[in-house]
Amino acid sequence: MSGEHASGRIIEGYARGGADLAADEVWAVEAHLEACRVCRDQLSAVVTAEVPAVVSLVGTVWSGLEPRLAVTATMRRGRFRQAWLSRLSRWMTPAMVPWLAMVVGVTLLALLLDVLGTGTGEVSMVLLFAPVLPVLGVAASWARGLDPAYELTASAPRAGLQLVLRRTASVLGVVVPVLLVCGWATGVMVAQWLLPCLAFTAATLALGGAVGVTRAAVVLAAVWAALVMAPTVATSRTAVVLRPDGLPVWALLAALGTAVVIARRSAYSVLDTHR
Amino acid sequence: MTSAVNAADLAPTAYAWEIQAVGLKVRVGRKRMAVDGLDLRLGTGVHGLLGPNGAGKTTLIRTLATVLRPTEGTLEMFGESVGGRGEHRALRRRIGYLPQEFGYYKRFTVREFVEYMAWLKEVPKTDIPAAVQRAVERVGLADRADDRMKALSGGMVRRVGIAQAIVNDPAVLLLDEPTVGLDPAQRLRFRELLQELGTDTCVLVSTHLVEDVAAACTDVVLFAEGRLVFQGAPDELAAAGGPEHVGDSPLERGYSALLQNPGQERGSW
Repeated sequence: MSGEHASGRIIEGYARGGADLAADEVWAVEAHLEACRVCRDQLSAVVTAEVPAVVSLVGTVWSGLEPRLAVTATMRRGRFRQAWLSRLSRWMTPAMVPWLAMVVGVTLLALLLDVLGTGTGEVSMVLLFAPVLPVLGVAASWARGLDPAYELTASAPRAGLQLVLRRTASVLGVVVPVLLVCGWATGVMVAQWLLPCLAFTAATLALGGAVGVTRAAVVLAAVWAALVMAPTVATSRTAVVLRPDGLPVWALLAALGTAVVIARRSAYSVLDTHR
Repeated sequence: MTSAVNAADLAPTAYAWEIQAVGLKVRVGRKRMAVDGLDLRLGTGVHGLLGPNGAGKTTLIRTLATVLRPTEGTLEMFGESVGGRGEHRALRRRIGYLPQEFGYYKRFTVREFVEYMAWLKEVPKTDIPAAVQRAVERVGLADRADDRMKALSGGMVRRVGIAQAIVNDPAVLLLDEPTVGLDPAQRLRFRELLQELGTDTCVLVSTHLVEDVAAACTDVVLFAEGRLVFQGAPDELAAAGGPEHVGDSPLERGYSALLQNPGQERGSW
C-alpha cells in the first residue's frame, strides 16, 4: 500500500489479541501485515514491549524447534549443477545431448575427409553435410523415442512456437559454430553452407507441423541424400544447387519455411508433431 | 504492497462446469472414433472414469489435456471453447495432467524434474521453489527430493508424476491410471490426497480398479465404446447391479450390469 501503514492503535490492539478491534479491522490489519515489513517490525516491537505472554510462547516454540531445524537435511547436490542443468533443459530436451555430440562428430569427420583429400576431389564434404546436420538435431529434439517426457512437454503451456524456436536455436547454436570452423578450414564461403542449412531446418519444422517432425526430417534427409549427395559423390562435381548462383533460392526457401512455421504455430502443441 | 487477496481470487466464476462436452467426437488414426458423441459435464469433485480397455478413456483425457484436437462437437473448459487453432496457453496453465505412460528423465533428481515441469507450465519464476517443495511434500517424497529419478521405485516414480501434475495448482486435474504400481498403503494415501484435492479442484481419474472409485470418488463416469454409459454417485452405480450380475462387490456388479446393455441405459442419461 503506497506509504500507508496501520495506525499504532490498531497494531497495539492486534498484539493484545484483537479483542478490542472490530472484525473488519482485524481482517484488514492481518492482510496488511502479511505484505508490509514496516508494520511487522512495529508489531514485533509492540509485542516484545507489552505482551510478555506472546513473547514466552514464541520462545517456547523456538526452543522446541531449534534442535529439529539443526538436523534438517540441506541440499546435497551443488548449486552449480542445478543451475547449469535447469538452464540447459530450458533450451533443449534433456535427452538430446548425445545426439548433438553425434552431429558434431559427423561434421568433424567430414572436415577430416576434406583435409585429407580422400573424399570426392574438388567437392567439399562439409558443404554436402551442412544442410542435413541441423535437421538431425531438430529431429532428435522432437522424436518420441528420444524424449521420454514428450507427452508432458506437449501438454504444457510453453509447448508450441516458443519451445520450437528455443530448441531449434539451441541446435543451430551448436551446429553453426562447428560448421563455421570447418568452412573456414576448407575455405568454403559462409553463405554457401549457412543458407541451405537454415532452409533445411525451416523446411523440417514446416513439414513437421503437418506430418510430425521426425518423419519430416527422415524424408528431407533422404531427399537430400538421393538428389544431391549421391550424384555429387558419383560425378565428383559440386551439384548445381550448391553453387553460389543458387543462393537466392535457398534464402527464399528459408524465409518461406519460417513463414509457414509461424503461420501454423498452433500445430506444435499437439501430440501429432512428435511423430 | 501487493494485496493479500487479489482480484482474481475474488472474481466470480463465469462458468457452470469446469468441463462441458456436447456431442464430442475425437478421431484416432484414420478411421476410428475413440470418443464418439460424448455429452459430459464435470464440476468440482473427484470423478472416477471407469470403462473397459479400449473404451477411449485415454483419448478422452488427452483431448481434455488439449494435446488431441476434437474432431466434432464442442468442448468447453472453464467456459472457454477448446479446439480449433489456438495454443491454449492460459487454459493449459490451469490444467494438471499425468499421462498413462509417464516418461521422465532418469538423470534428473525429483526436485529438478518437478522444477523443469513447473517451468514448462509457466509457473512464475519466484514461485517455483516453494511450489515444487509443496508438491513434493504432498505426495510424501520430501525425504527423497534430491535423489535421482533412476534410484526410485515404480510407485515413487508414479508419485513424482502426481507431484508434477499438481505443481501449478491446477483447477482441472487429469490423472490417467495413477494407481498403477502403487502398493496398498500408498494407494490409501493416494485416495486421501484425491479427496483433499477434490474439495476445490475438478479431478478426473481414469482407472480400471472399481475399489479406487468406491473409496475416493464423489462421482462415477462409466464410459464404453466412446460413449457415456452412466454418470452418478458410486451408490447409484452399486444400485444398478443385482445378485445375478458378475462381480465381487456391489460396485463391480453394477459395473457389469451397466456394461451388458449400454444401449438401454444410454437413453436415460
